[in-house]
Amino acid sequence: MPVSDFQPVIGLEVHAQLLTQSKIFCGCSTAFGAEPNRNTCPVCLGMPGVLPVLNQRVAEFAVRTGLALECTIRPTSVWSRKNYFYPDLPKGYQITQFDQPICEHGRLVIDTPQGEKAIRILRIHMEEDAGKSVHDAGGGQSLVDLNRAGVPLLEIVSQPDLRDADEAVEYLKAMRDVLVYLGVNDGNLEEGSFRCDANVSVMPKGSTTFGQRCELKNLNSFRFLKQAIEYEIARQVDVIESGGKVVQETRLWDVNKGVTRSMRSKEEAHDYRYFPEPDLPPLHVSAEAIAAAAKALPELPRAKLQRFTSQYGLPAYDARILTAERPLADYFEACAGHYKDYKKLSNWFLGELMRLLKEEGTPLSALRFTPAQLGELLGAVDQGMVSANAGKDVLGEMFRTGKAPADIIAEKGLAQVSDTGAIEAVVDDILAKNAGEIEKYRAGKKQVFGFFVGQVMRAMKGKGNPALVNELLKKKLGD
Amino acid sequence: MQLTDLTMLELAAKLAAGEASSEEATRASLARIQQVDPKVRAFLRVDEAGALAAARASDARRKSGSPASALDGVPLGLKDIFLTEGVETTAGSRILEGFVPPYDATVVRLLKEAGLPLVGKLNMDEFAMGSSNESSAFFPSHNPWDVSRTPGGSSGGSAAAVAAREVFGALGTDTGGSIRQPAALTNTVGLKPTYGRVSRFGVIAFASSLDQPGPMTRTVADAAALLQVIARPDAQDATSADAPVPDYSADLEAGVRGLKLGVPREYFTEGMDPEVEAAVREALREYERLGATLVDVSLPHTKYALATYYLIAPAEASSNLARYDGVRFGLRAKDARSLRDVYALTREQGFGAEVKRRIMLGTFALSSGYYDAHYLRAQKVRTLIREDFTRAFQQVDALLSPTSPVPAFKLGEKVEDPLSMYLMDIYTLPCNLAGLPGLSVPCGFTKAGLPVGLQILGRPFDEAGLLRIARAYEREHDFFRRSAPL
Repeated sequence: MPVSDFQPVIGLEVHAQLLTQSKIFCGCSTAFGAEPNRNTCPVCLGMPGVLPVLNQRVAEFAVRTGLALECTIRPTSVWSRKNYFYPDLPKGYQITQFDQPICEHGRLVIDTPQGEKAIRILRIHMEEDAGKSVHDAGGGQSLVDLNRAGVPLLEIVSQPDLRDADEAVEYLKAMRDVLVYLGVNDGNLEEGSFRCDANVSVMPKGSTTFGQRCELKNLNSFRFLKQAIEYEIARQVDVIESGGKVVQETRLWDVNKGVTRSMRSKEEAHDYRYFPEPDLPPLHVSAEAIAAAAKALPELPRAKLQRFTSQYGLPAYDARILTAERPLADYFEACAGHYKDYKKLSNWFLGELMRLLKEEGTPLSALRFTPAQLGELLGAVDQGMVSANAGKDVLGEMFRTGKAPADIIAEKGLAQVSDTGAIEAVVDDILAKNAGEIEKYRAGKKQVFGFFVGQVMRAMKGKGNPALVNELLKKKLGD
Repeated sequence: MQLTDLTMLELAAKLAAGEASSEEATRASLARIQQVDPKVRAFLRVDEAGALAAARASDARRKSGSPASALDGVPLGLKDIFLTEGVETTAGSRILEGFVPPYDATVVRLLKEAGLPLVGKLNMDEFAMGSSNESSAFFPSHNPWDVSRTPGGSSGGSAAAVAAREVFGALGTDTGGSIRQPAALTNTVGLKPTYGRVSRFGVIAFASSLDQPGPMTRTVADAAALLQVIARPDAQDATSADAPVPDYSADLEAGVRGLKLGVPREYFTEGMDPEVEAAVREALREYERLGATLVDVSLPHTKYALATYYLIAPAEASSNLARYDGVRFGLRAKDARSLRDVYALTREQGFGAEVKRRIMLGTFALSSGYYDAHYLRAQKVRTLIREDFTRAFQQVDALLSPTSPVPAFKLGEKVEDPLSMYLMDIYTLPCNLAGLPGLSVPCGFTKAGLPVGLQILGRPFDEAGLLRIARAYEREHDFFRRSAPL
């Protein structure tokens, strides 16, 4: 059977570092990029005698995420120890949640070529991150940096509802959007603050029995996720086609070779000896706290996208970009309060504003001008007070200096000339100097019209109102 | 009479009256250690400089009229399981040899804030696993009443030091009887508070759901005073209790008239030494004379306590002791050439036989495929044991029993027989499984001159009740005045 006769079945496990100021069980900073082992204390170093105390923000973030993903929140969830030895795991166990996680039975809706599809969420639980081992430190030594040890994580496990690599990528993107919108995660795959493992299996099309699955690791970009899943599907089909059996194992995505390779088999898998963490009482979340968190939930990316298309009449393409990040969407809505041609506003956002933000590396929060001022500028362009091109310069100046658009137009003399008499004088002058070109035009060479427009605009240093220039030229040329 | 013959409160009174200084008391304690510890071997380490500095600071406070607490200036010893900043702490294990903690345990901080000079670290069974101090990686401690015998364990060094009057009091920890059993074997008072009453932060963990620090003293009143210093909620221990802390000395002399005291059938069984039984029965009659009513009660699941304990405690220990991996502190095997070696050789060389036995027991109990039949079932039985006590305490105010089935045994006698060693804790460990407070008070001696202890178990957070009941007996029988033949 060819690959097309097989049905891939995919589930994702997402690990998201929570954006808390301090670690999950101690007061150490979670800041990224500190000198190795700077952000540590006896608790996250796993010294003798230390005990964990839960950072309540972690539970708040978990509840918020669970509600956004339509999960049931457990009134009582239980901490467990996952036991294994590794140098970057200071206590020899990870404090996590096992059989009674804080959130269960949720879903996340994604877009597929066949339309909307709800991917079920099996569970979400809280846990502590491990540190980092550095193996190529030189001198045959391995070094351990425990700054990350104890940084809070959410693990979000989907049901095996994804059917191809594109759906998996779509799901991961949608998940990232939700987490970033909620303010619980920064969505950074490259730095590893948002990571994912994929469980992949294949079965003959039409079958209802899933095949043996493999777990893929080291998928630190959307591209790698797609490539690794596609490679793995083809590999498993090959194994089956050649009469073999897929064995359950953990496989690592090799970025350089573009292949997945075996990391450990089921037999080599750890027996984690989970048991309830005796140092932490079960976590109780009251119905009131859940209700309050539900009330405080922001509008989620998907709902916002739908509203942007319906309320502002924007194309899906525009709405998607504008709602990709919450601050941008918020800023658009603030501007929409001052300027009602939403599609035109969107054009300015997608074009000039985003270009400026990107080029100058400025965050939206640091913008120097107000939504009202942007509205004012676009209004001036509409009214012909300033040309669209000059408007872009004005926006650039607003961006850099925060000055009011009217002041910039005045200072730089960018005001457009819409005085018919003034334009007419220039048009007459140009026509008088170019009798030969007029002949050509009248002989049918219509493209010469552009030449005249150019000459007039040049003479007016770009400030002539283009509509009026066109109109007058046509009249004079006898069209 | 020497200063070291005083109880904590007697010394505190002298300090308050200006009849002695903390420095004198501390020097007396240090001199006594020098004199008798070669025979008792209670101390792993003496911190003479630290203790004297603390004593002088105490005297200065006293002079300026602002003592830090009622016990300011009273020298104390600490089981080597409490982390002391800047002072080596080993839990009786090679794997922590040379480990100098960067922080103080909460209870150590509280003692320092209350002004008590800490004279040193006391011997213990390795990681508190044992009932005789013989699993200490360094040496066994000896019972001051007969130096050929054990002072009990695991807080044996603490009990021996108090009984030998090397210190005025000490802190121990109790996971299955480790405060009460050595107290019983050394004619001292040992109190295991309710689980959560005293902070475990900075106390090297053996079994997290069972461990509890507590006072070891010569008298009941001293135990009350010391508990007063260390009992309080701790934001660094999520299992510490919010319950209000009463004045433990307020009702100490209130007597037992009208109280109902339960005598659990299952705690008077075969295998008990006849002299121990006789002493305890005599104590029961004393309580009747003092106006209490004895009530026969049953704790039917007692027979499962030992098995339950030896699944739960090792399971938790197997995980708690995983951090001793040679990576960050303590011992690292010098001949290790690979990561696997660092783990295997460090732990092979660093842990003693009893610790390894329990790590293996615990690892097995938690293993996939065995978890339900062992660990999970043990937790269910633990609930039944707790319910036994809840029912009993609907009828009675406290329970009375022997603390240990036998008096102090010979060093070396049970080393080769772990099971008989485990049986030493048969009357003490159900209390830990239920999280209840328990106390051992001296109740006489055998013909051979070995101390016997009476155990009193109470309702959660009724330490004051236990102290009051113990004091009623102690008032009639001041065994604590006898000094060990050293």
